[in-house]
Amino acid sequence: MLRGFLPSLIEGTGVTLSVAICSLAIAIVLGMTGALMKLSASSMLKTIATVYTTVIRGVPDLVLMLLIFYGGQLVINEFTMRLGIKEVMDINPFIAGVATIGFIFGAYLTETFRGAIMAIPSGQREAGIAFGMTNTQVFMRITLPQMVRFALPGFSNNWLVLVKSTALVSVIGLSDMMQRAGMAAGTTREPFTFYLAAGVLYLLITTVSLLLLRYMQKRYSLGTKVAVL
Amino acid sequence: MLSLDVIVNSLPLYVSGAWLTVKLLLVSLLIGLAGAMPLAVMRSSANPLLSYPVWLFTYVIRGTPLLVQLFLIYYGLAQFESMRQSWLWEWFSSAWFCAVLAFGINTCAYTTEIIAGAISATSHGEIEAAKSLGMSRLTLYRRILLPSALRRSLHAYSNEVIMMLHGTSLASIVTLLDITGAAREVNSRYYLPFEAFITAAVFYLGLTFILVGLFRLAEKRWLVHLAARV
Repeated sequence: MLRGFLPSLIEGTGVTLSVAICSLAIAIVLGMTGALMKLSASSMLKTIATVYTTVIRGVPDLVLMLLIFYGGQLVINEFTMRLGIKEVMDINPFIAGVATIGFIFGAYLTETFRGAIMAIPSGQREAGIAFGMTNTQVFMRITLPQMVRFALPGFSNNWLVLVKSTALVSVIGLSDMMQRAGMAAGTTREPFTFYLAAGVLYLLITTVSLLLLRYMQKRYSLGTKVAVL
Repeated sequence: MLSLDVIVNSLPLYVSGAWLTVKLLLVSLLIGLAGAMPLAVMRSSANPLLSYPVWLFTYVIRGTPLLVQLFLIYYGLAQFESMRQSWLWEWFSSAWFCAVLAFGINTCAYTTEIIAGAISATSHGEIEAAKSLGMSRLTLYRRILLPSALRRSLHAYSNEVIMMLHGTSLASIVTLLDITGAAREVNSRYYLPFEAFITAAVFYLGLTFILVGLFRLAEKRWLVHLAARV
């Protein structure tokens, strides 16, 4: 099947998934930090977070990825030269790709998380404070578990867009699904077959994610009242 | 620090790149919108024979990366001998045509979902009122459903347009000299990645702000009746 290129494509799917999951981890950390900064009382933190989300959401991911990939290489060259290291060090496309995608989706998740935190009635937080909880305790015990339900729809959307964004790492030379499809297309002269196969694999990832996220949405909405007509 | 003279010298390249980006965006939005109107009406129809194929189309397009769609059209179609022999080949061998077609199909799927969502969110009272006045189906769509649904889609559509603006940067991968293409050209000529790509980012930010401003004006014009009363 697929002229013996199927194992290579499946290996590429693994690379795609690991890029996606690592970027998601970075994005969640950045998104949470950004959301807390936007909701903080300090106007400086608020401004920094706003500049971050505005700039990132106004620039295409491809441009940011090329900036970090080529710019990062330049910075590494400068460093090794100053330190007197002779051998050439190449920037790792996996790290450059994950850093870029994580950085971009951190900005999108900032908005999602901010909305989710704001959707929790303030009485909840106040009750925690009245019990003598510290700020961290209020966040860990009251805000975090409740915001999951509000954040999940936006989070699902962002995850699906993120998975599709990872196709761009093939441009900076990482051998993900797209790059392997391209190689197979070049060898066999059957580009349609292999890009179609890559498309099917992406669709598979999307479908499985959708099913999992729907299950989670159900789980975290347990006990909420839904009006029945 | 950034070498400004390189940026200033390459400005003409960026400006012509920006012009190409705008052209790509406008033509693909036009294709997308033209396709999305009838598809959205079909998608929100109660007849599964009409709504199911459209659902499948939007599901497949929205579930795969734009890059895959672009490569399927630009590189993929050349696989077929009959394609290369036909009169269509003159069109499909052009990177510009393939890019616009891929972007147009992509934004068509997203726009269909946006408009279909707005149509099915129309309050049933409006539809019942139209029916009780004896409007035909066509008149109901033309006078009641579409004008109100299209207005309510405006906000979600502005997000889609900005996503599409970012999507057009993929045109640089199939050799087109849009803003990103210009930046890659400058980077390979001088090996100054920061100058090259930060300038491109500024251009995209500028275009994004212009689009946001235009949509804000449009919302003021067409969505006044839904604005909060103060």
